[in-house]
Amino acid sequence: MNRMRCAIIGSGNIGTDLMYKMLRSDHLEPVALVGIDPDSDGLARARAAGLNAPHTGPQWVIENAGNLDMVFDATSAYVHMRHHRQYRDAGITAIDLTPAAVGPKVIPSVNLYEHLDAPNINMVTCGGQATTPMVFAIRRALPTLPYAEMVSTVASKSAGPGTRQNIDEFTKTTSTALREIGGAEQSKAIIVLNPAEPPIMMRNTVFAAMPEGADQDAVIASIHEMAIEVAKYVPGYRLKNPPVIESGPFSTPGGVVPHRAVVLLEVEGAGDYLPAYAGNLDIMTAAALRVGEAIAQSRIPAGAPA
Amino acid sequence: MSTDYRLIDSTLRDGSHAISHQYNADEVVAIVRGLDRAGVQVIEIAHGDGLGGSSFNYGFSKVDEKELIDRACASTTTAKIAVLLLPGIGLADDLRDVKELGVSMARIATHCTEGDISEQHIKTAKKLGLETIGFLMMAHMNSPEGLVEQALLMQSYGADVIYIADSAGAMTTEDVRRRVNALVEALDVPVGVHAHNNLSMAVANSIAAYEEGAKNLDGTSAGLGAGAGNCPTEILAAVSDKYGISTGVDVLALMDVAEEIIRPLMPRQQVIDRAGLILGYAGVYGSFLLHSQRAAERYNVSQAEILLELGRRQVVGGQEDMIIDVALELARKHSEAQA
Repeated sequence: MNRMRCAIIGSGNIGTDLMYKMLRSDHLEPVALVGIDPDSDGLARARAAGLNAPHTGPQWVIENAGNLDMVFDATSAYVHMRHHRQYRDAGITAIDLTPAAVGPKVIPSVNLYEHLDAPNINMVTCGGQATTPMVFAIRRALPTLPYAEMVSTVASKSAGPGTRQNIDEFTKTTSTALREIGGAEQSKAIIVLNPAEPPIMMRNTVFAAMPEGADQDAVIASIHEMAIEVAKYVPGYRLKNPPVIESGPFSTPGGVVPHRAVVLLEVEGAGDYLPAYAGNLDIMTAAALRVGEAIAQSRIPAGAPA
Repeated sequence: MSTDYRLIDSTLRDGSHAISHQYNADEVVAIVRGLDRAGVQVIEIAHGDGLGGSSFNYGFSKVDEKELIDRACASTTTAKIAVLLLPGIGLADDLRDVKELGVSMARIATHCTEGDISEQHIKTAKKLGLETIGFLMMAHMNSPEGLVEQALLMQSYGADVIYIADSAGAMTTEDVRRRVNALVEALDVPVGVHAHNNLSMAVANSIAAYEEGAKNLDGTSAGLGAGAGNCPTEILAAVSDKYGISTGVDVLALMDVAEEIIRPLMPRQQVIDRAGLILGYAGVYGSFLLHSQRAAERYNVSQAEILLELGRRQVVGGQEDMIIDVALELARKHSEAQA
């Protein structure tokens, strides 16, 4: 089978984890893991896996554009902003795993097939991948969703320098996704780092304002359905406790509502690079891989041998 | 006038926890005027969880904090108006907004091991010309050496002062002395301490911090604040007088603010009851107090059990959502035990 040729740029936690997942893909072929530090652990692992492991950063991707179909960018919002036009002009589809949010945002369980032709696709954030599906699930069971909020807690050890230096980009991009893709009218995103030892699993909580007359059973059922949907591409994704509807009233930015839905989620990583606690890496890389594979499948000409 | 330490009053920020973030504009004006008249040098105001804290997770503010900050800035004559911001909750954009309103100090707070998430915000605050304080919370969860490492990061980003906060009110006087001493030795910038009273140590720990070289101390009027409350400023000022430590504040005027403005608006007296004591004993973030009380009532489980479990999980500030998680698990265990 013809696999799409992919470069992963950024040899930190996310890029390295994605490399291991892509090595198992039927549709995507990792050609290189590109970094900037020749001594990085990620590049050493790429060499061990038989991949190119250049340390010349975005320049390498541009120079080798003729041999690439896609670039998965796991650098930082800043680096992505500086280079996305070059990827586009070189005809390489960019799957952006930074919160730069240049291209349309994709959450596979919600809008996977809407942007497969876009030159640049943004994967939002790890917290966005974990919580937007639930906001969408609640929204589809309600006439309106005036306000939704997410709180993401990740183990300190799983948050690399990119996340730490760009924490505002994380909250802003995530919050935007809750509105644009989740369907909330107003939103807020919060991220917390927890240094506990042993490290905690990634936790995400969704709070949603429930307007008067909401069908609570339909909301709960929709949440359960969505949990199954996400777990199809992120196997460690689960409801930590059954979702609950709490009574208020609550004075939200979207107005006073009588109830709120609370969805308590946990994401256990597949342990490809960092251990199982780093579900935040896993959900990003699993979602990006799902998007890359969908693009690859959409480009197979009809009637071509699979 | 030169003083031995600078008093930073957080009644309008940390105190906000104790009234579930329900301050109105008239209360803010009265408190700012009273504190300003008493000679308090800095008055901090924001949602209890800092700028942008108004949320399901931490409680919605009754009045938009920026409106309250605007009123505070308009009501002070000599006291500086400060804000607190936790990266991950508030945004650097919020600092730009409040600078426009007249705020002159920003405190950038992180958990005591995560100082490097403050770089963006400390640099922004400095660029805006704000006096900028790096604020390391839950300082009982890190060693003196570990705190020094984090404080040096914040200092390198440009922080003018480094604080450690005993956010769980869990430190003994010896704990405070060792930490302050290490910081004063290692840093080029002044050190501050923010104490809570869950173990009834807030005033004693603040004085000990001063003796070790801290040049900034926090408190709130009548101790209004998260958990069993903060270091009460009127008591700290009175004790400082007795020690001959110059504070520059009028002790009797501070007592008037506590008695005549703060106590009448307190929904509950700021006492060390069982839940408050458990916070200090188990080392749990003080602002979990009222949230855990509500969850205990809602799910018919013990508040003490919730707090102890949160302590076991090493939950940090900001993880208020875990209170619901723990309450649901306790409720499930109870119903399974009965089945």
